[in-house]
Amino acid sequence: MWESFLEFCSWFFVTGDPLIYGAMVSIALTMVAIVFVLTKYKKWGWLWREWLTTVDHKKIGIMYLIASLLMLFRGGVDAILMRVQLAFPNLEFLHSDHYNAIFTTHGTIMILFMAMPMMFGLFNMVVPLQLGARDVAFPFLNAVSFWLFMFGAMLFNLSFVIGGSPDAGWLSYPPLSQNEFSPGPGQNFWIWGIQISGIGSLATGINFIVTILKMRAPGMKLMKMPMFSWSVFSSCIMIILAFPILTVTIALLYLDRFAGAHFFTMDGGGNPMMYLNLIWMWGHPEVYIVVVPAFGIFSEVVATFAKKKLFGYKSMVAAVMGIAILSFFTWAHHFFTMGTSASVIAFFAITTMLIAIPTGVKVFNWLFTMYRGKISFKQPMMWTIAFIPCFVVGGATGVMLSVAPADYQYHNSYFLIAHFHQVLIGGVVFGYLAGIYYWWPKLFGFKLDEKLGAWGFWLWNIGFYVCFMPQYALGFMGMTRRYYTYGWDYGWESLNLVSTVGAFLMGAGFVFQVWQILYSIKHGERDTTGDPWNGRTLEWSIPSPAPFYNFAVVPQVKETDDFWRVKEEKANGTYKEEPVHLEPIHMPKNSGLPFIMSVFWFIAGFGFVWEWVWMAAIGMIGVFLTMWARSFQYDTDYYVPVDEVRRTEASLGRVY
Amino acid sequence: MSGGKWLRRLQFGVLATLASVLLAGCGSDYVVLNPKGPVAGTQYDLIMISIILCAVIVVPVIALTAFIVYRYRDTPDNKATYKPNWDHSTTLEIIWWGIPIVIIAILGYFTVRDTYALKESPNKEVKPITVQVTSLDWKWMFTYPEQNIATVNYLQIPAGVPVQFHLSAEAPMNSFWVPELGGQIYAMSGMTTELYLQADEPGEFQGRGANFTGEGFAHMNFNVKATTQEEFDQWVKEVKGTTPAMTKEDYEQLKKPGLTEVATYSSFPEGLFEEIVAKYGHGHPVDASEIRTYGDKKDETSAPQMPNMNMTPGMNH
Amino acid sequence: MQQVAKNHEHGHAHDHEHGHEEHEQLKVLGFWIFLVTDCILFGTLFATYAVMNHSFAGGPTGAELFALPGVIASTFILLTSSFTSGLAILAMNKGKVKELIGWLIVTALLGLSFIYLEVTEFIHLVHEGATIATSGFWSAFYTLVGTHGLHVSIGLFWMLAIIIQLRRRGLTPVTRRKVTTLSLYWHFLDVVWIFLFTVVYLMGVM
Repeated sequence: MWESFLEFCSWFFVTGDPLIYGAMVSIALTMVAIVFVLTKYKKWGWLWREWLTTVDHKKIGIMYLIASLLMLFRGGVDAILMRVQLAFPNLEFLHSDHYNAIFTTHGTIMILFMAMPMMFGLFNMVVPLQLGARDVAFPFLNAVSFWLFMFGAMLFNLSFVIGGSPDAGWLSYPPLSQNEFSPGPGQNFWIWGIQISGIGSLATGINFIVTILKMRAPGMKLMKMPMFSWSVFSSCIMIILAFPILTVTIALLYLDRFAGAHFFTMDGGGNPMMYLNLIWMWGHPEVYIVVVPAFGIFSEVVATFAKKKLFGYKSMVAAVMGIAILSFFTWAHHFFTMGTSASVIAFFAITTMLIAIPTGVKVFNWLFTMYRGKISFKQPMMWTIAFIPCFVVGGATGVMLSVAPADYQYHNSYFLIAHFHQVLIGGVVFGYLAGIYYWWPKLFGFKLDEKLGAWGFWLWNIGFYVCFMPQYALGFMGMTRRYYTYGWDYGWESLNLVSTVGAFLMGAGFVFQVWQILYSIKHGERDTTGDPWNGRTLEWSIPSPAPFYNFAVVPQVKETDDFWRVKEEKANGTYKEEPVHLEPIHMPKNSGLPFIMSVFWFIAGFGFVWEWVWMAAIGMIGVFLTMWARSFQYDTDYYVPVDEVRRTEASLGRVY
Repeated sequence: MSGGKWLRRLQFGVLATLASVLLAGCGSDYVVLNPKGPVAGTQYDLIMISIILCAVIVVPVIALTAFIVYRYRDTPDNKATYKPNWDHSTTLEIIWWGIPIVIIAILGYFTVRDTYALKESPNKEVKPITVQVTSLDWKWMFTYPEQNIATVNYLQIPAGVPVQFHLSAEAPMNSFWVPELGGQIYAMSGMTTELYLQADEPGEFQGRGANFTGEGFAHMNFNVKATTQEEFDQWVKEVKGTTPAMTKEDYEQLKKPGLTEVATYSSFPEGLFEEIVAKYGHGHPVDASEIRTYGDKKDETSAPQMPNMNMTPGMNH
Repeated sequence: MQQVAKNHEHGHAHDHEHGHEEHEQLKVLGFWIFLVTDCILFGTLFATYAVMNHSFAGGPTGAELFALPGVIASTFILLTSSFTSGLAILAMNKGKVKELIGWLIVTALLGLSFIYLEVTEFIHLVHEGATIATSGFWSAFYTLVGTHGLHVSIGLFWMLAIIIQLRRRGLTPVTRRKVTTLSLYWHFLDVVWIFLFTVVYLMGVM
């Protein structure tokens, strides 16, 4: 009995390697950290009432943020492990299997479980406030999205200690990802972790499109909408068009693995190349999905800290929408080397180059927003200024990659690795960090410490160039991605060592940022005005942190930077005070169903991963029952009485 | 190729810059930047053209950024103009929609031209030799249908003669890459891809698998040795005389996942490569006679059309 | 709803009703966007099917095994159900709850027989030696047709939930919106089926 139990354990759990045991400890610590951060001062009941059942977009945004920072930590540890292994030739720090698992999880986590939730966190924290709305269009669905993401991410991360990590690359190309070459549950963890959180992403896309189309404050025409909201709109359009393709593609991959279907198998008429096409039809828009909101953030930050209107607003709108459309016509540039006909290759090369045009235009518009402005170098602006040269170079190497015949030489080399890290770190990460620093006071009521932030900023930036510039050179030296080791005979050793040093510098930058957050909780400069940066848009017109109903009175909008207009009119005495009339506020009620439903999804996912049909069935029935229960709920909202609104506002220093 | 003297000079300048930025001594380790054949040469020229065209934008933009950020910093003693409501200029916007369009147009021209050019033999005067490449877990098998010999994990070719590669796989997709001779192409099961390479001078070059195939992927390196035609013929003769023949069983053995040393065979089972391709052909019941036999036939240069390319971009909307 | 209103000042009862109306419209828009995503989902499956169209791997072809009469019957059944769900909407617009429920029940029964026919067809095909693991073609066939069938089945449960709610609550802005979205969904599945019937069965037999 005991024997067979032990046998089960060694099959079920990943055993036998000190690194994995170390990882188990670090995962346990991460879990403790989640519990710790969420419950530091309060009880579980409070946790359930205030967080697990919340439908408040600001709280959901905060939860996304915390989750994404934890995922950034894990993805970052993966990155550092890889860089340690590659620091010297012929190192035996990691075996091939482990290295393969680590680069797979690094890529998957950074894109799907770090960038996506950080982006959704920013959507949630900012968009309704910027639009002058009280919540998103579908608050319940919003909570469902979050919990699906959360449980999908947990399922994926579980693979580290149970069953074994996926190790066929972050996009799991078949036939390598098929049973024949990747037996065991690792690939299934990849499929179901992404599948479950992907459904959540799709729902968020729908939610924010409706929010932006229908929930804007009166007077805010689409062409008066703040640029960040425009970028969210563009991103969400790409989400609803691209994510169903992902859902189908990995469902088909699962059918191949589970039911013996022949979509992407080598035999039985399967066509692995179809997978490459499908996954990149999602995958290419995906990178624009994450980067376009960063463009929106830069637009807000540049205007605020240059104290000047955003230059070329209409051009900017045209550019983000143009990018959304073009992004669907470039997928094949990820496999120019597949040997298709010259005309197909030429078509995709040209469409890829075309994307550089609207992107370049945006850079010029940001520059000319600063031109004749008054630039103050607060943290959000520092990240924005650092972004411009970084992204310009990353964009230029992207254009170089789009030159198809030259791409035959860059493809799968470290040149490509350096390029996409430069646009993803220099664009997405710098952008989201700028956004987090910018909107942090609105969410939490205090600023993040400037001095520690400066340490983080410089370590990240110097570390970035030290890490990735050598990788361009390594690409020219013919170093291929996903090598777990290399010999002395190619001359790669010194640049690899430099690159590893850079990775550690970035890691140190992250440590400073964590320290910065913890330090600022106690000592950060409190924001009592609600407008710590001299902002331009509606979110700065309300107190920090924003009350749960956001706006006591729905604002009337006249201009693009409406709050700036109000401040200017007040300054020169032309502002007309309108009589304020408080009314009861219609709000959604909290609900535990999103959480419960996602738990069932998790159970179903776990069953699918291990191909335990009974367990998958229990989970799916649970999902179905919670949806059924929701359909019968009619008492889903309530009204906040005027007295309570008046009292809340008074406690925040605003008298009505 | 098209590159004139001005291009060579600029290339030198760009290279010098790269070298100083990246690392001292841009030596022969930079295999991509040391083309040893016409295909890699074309790609090298394109790389340089694109670096120059990008630099035309990147350098001024970075300089402009530095200037603007410094000039318009918000300090008490800064007397720069401040125009908080200046947010539009049609002229300026036309300029920066225009500049990228012009650059993309130039780059697009070169890209399309060379995309078509590289589908054809780089040297029309010399009849190409054919090598069939099969990617296995985790080794490369090269079969020479005209010479009826086979090698594993190394390749020998005559210099100055274009080599037409036919590539396939009986393992997860890999990518065949000899940076000094030219860019890579995928080797995929169930289909063949084609690639022309040529070494101008005798020499030894590194070749490698560039697409991740699992555990032994990092060890799929191979040596490419280019010799004179005479030496090549001599080598073939030697191989014929001194090495064993490859049997079906040998191939089955070779196919099993694992690493192997280099090997040479004086012959291989007839139609082995065609069989490997046909085995995973997309579900069409395969008649062996339908498979193209390469070599003495006229040079068809069109790569096989991917069946999946029937999907039009509009399909997902 | 009324209880909530009672808890507050009376003058706002009308506003509340208005707020609900507006919110229900949001949900209809959201549902339209959901249908866009579902369109792409089916589009991807159709594309997959097109690529796999001849990947028989030596196994049976569609032309050999498809039994058109049964499929034509289910096509008519589904088309009719789309029509009856339209009649349900007409009844709703006239405010006739009983008639509405009646037509929904008819629609559900037709949907159920459609599912029954599909399951029978699948069983028949499996007996003929065409399973999801037979070849790329059959994988694509079962996935495409099965996904549509799954959608119809989910729609049946949803219909059941709405019928129960209509009986309990009658016509309110919320139940009206639910019937509207359900009917959109049902018509959508009908349109998908027409494509499916043409591409898979008609072109498969030809």
